[in-house]
Amino acid sequence: MVFLPLSGEEIETGDVFYFEIRKTTTMTDHKIPVTEDELHAYVDNELPAERRGDVEAWLAAHPEDAERVRSWRSMAEALHARYDAIADEPVPQRHDIERLVRQPRKWVYGALAATLAAFIVGGGVGWLAHGAAASPSAFQSFTVDALDAHRLYVVEVRHPVDVPGSEREHLQQWLTKRCGWDVRAPELGATGLRLVGGRLLPGPTGPASFLMYESASGERFTLYAARATTETTQMRYAKQDQDGALFWADRGVGYVVSGGTDRERLMQVARMVYDEIEKSGG
Amino acid sequence: MIPALRRYARALARDADIADDLVQDTLVRALRSERLFLGGDVRSWLYTILTNLNKNRRRSLARRPHFMPLLDNNPDASGTEAEGRDIARALATLVEEQRSVLLLVMLEGLSYREVADIQGVPIGTVMSRLARARAHVKASLEGEAPALRRVK
Repeated sequence: MVFLPLSGEEIETGDVFYFEIRKTTTMTDHKIPVTEDELHAYVDNELPAERRGDVEAWLAAHPEDAERVRSWRSMAEALHARYDAIADEPVPQRHDIERLVRQPRKWVYGALAATLAAFIVGGGVGWLAHGAAASPSAFQSFTVDALDAHRLYVVEVRHPVDVPGSEREHLQQWLTKRCGWDVRAPELGATGLRLVGGRLLPGPTGPASFLMYESASGERFTLYAARATTETTQMRYAKQDQDGALFWADRGVGYVVSGGTDRERLMQVARMVYDEIEKSGG
Repeated sequence: MIPALRRYARALARDADIADDLVQDTLVRALRSERLFLGGDVRSWLYTILTNLNKNRRRSLARRPHFMPLLDNNPDASGTEAEGRDIARALATLVEEQRSVLLLVMLEGLSYREVADIQGVPIGTVMSRLARARAHVKASLEGEAPALRRVK
C-alpha cells in the first residue's frame, strides 16, 4: 500500500491528514480500507455498486466518518431548502428565451436562436444536427429540392450556370422578374467565394432562383431560393451523403445554402449570405 | 433548464441581480454561439458558460473587503430563515472553484465527469475541490474557523 497526501495539501510535521490509498488492483478487495474519495462518491451516487456494502460497513465501524457523511447529507438538504425555490419561480421576462429570440431581426436572434429556443425549452440533452423540424414538409421538401439542384449542377464543369457572374446586374434583374421577389446575388468575396453565375429552376410553388459560388480551391456553394409558405426564421441543417445544407425562411422566401460536409464552413457562408440579404432588404 | 440555471446562478453569485444578469448573459452568449451545430450536452454547455462568466466577473472586481450584512437585526427570524443565511454564509467562505463544484454536484446533481468537463480539469481535481468545499462548509455551519483543515 502507498500512502499519499491528497493532491495540493501542504505537509507539515506533526499534522495528521486524511490519506488517499491508491489501489493497485481493479478488483474490489474487501480488505482495502475505504478511501476519502469513496465516501464522497457514496453520498453522490458515484460509487460502483459492488463497493457500497464495503462503505456502509466502514461507516458502521467508523463513527467519525459516519458523522461527516451525515453532515454532507444535511448540507445538501440545506442547499435545496435555501435555493430550490428559485428553480420553482416562473421564468422572468428577461430570461424568457422566446422573447430574447424575437428581437429585431439580426442573424443571431432570427435564424439560429429560434432553433436553440425550441430545443432548450423542450429540455432535451444533446443536439442532433438533423433533428426533427417543426413542420417537416416545409423544410424537408425545400431542402431536398435545393440539394438535388446542388448535386446536379456543382459537378458541371462547362455549363454549371445559365448566366455568368460577370453579368451580375442582368442576372439579378432577370431572376427578380421571373421569380417575383427581389433576387440578389450576395457578395461573398470576403469569404473567398466568387459568383460563378445563376439559373432559373422550377420550385415547389413557382420559380426558384439558383446561384453558384466557387472558391479558388474549387469548393462550390449554391444558394437556392423559392417562395416558402412558412413565415418563421428558424434555421435547419440537413446532411445527405457528401453534402450539407442550411435552410431558413424570411419574409415569405425560403433560402437554402448548400455545400460540403464542413459544417462550420457552411455556417460561415450561410451567415454571410443571410447578412447580405438582410442588408439589401431582399 | 433555465429554472435550474437560475438556481445555480443565485447560489453561485449570491446577489439576486447579479445572478439574473449572469443568466441573461449566458443565454445571449448561447444564442450567439455556433456550438449549436457542433452537438454535445446543451445543459453542461450552459453551466460552463455561466461558470466562466462568473469567474470573469469576479476577476474584474477590484479587490475589496467583503462586507457582510449584520445578521441578527431580525432576532425573531424563523429557524429555516436562519439556516438559509447560514448555508449562504458558508458558501461565501469558499473560493470560486470550490463553491462551483459543491453547487454543481450537490445542488444541480451533475456527475463528477460533467463537472470535470465544465471546469476543464481532471476528475481528481474535482474530487479534491469537493472534499475541501465540504470540509469548509461543515466547519462554517458548525461555527468553527473556516480555515481549519487539519486535525492536530
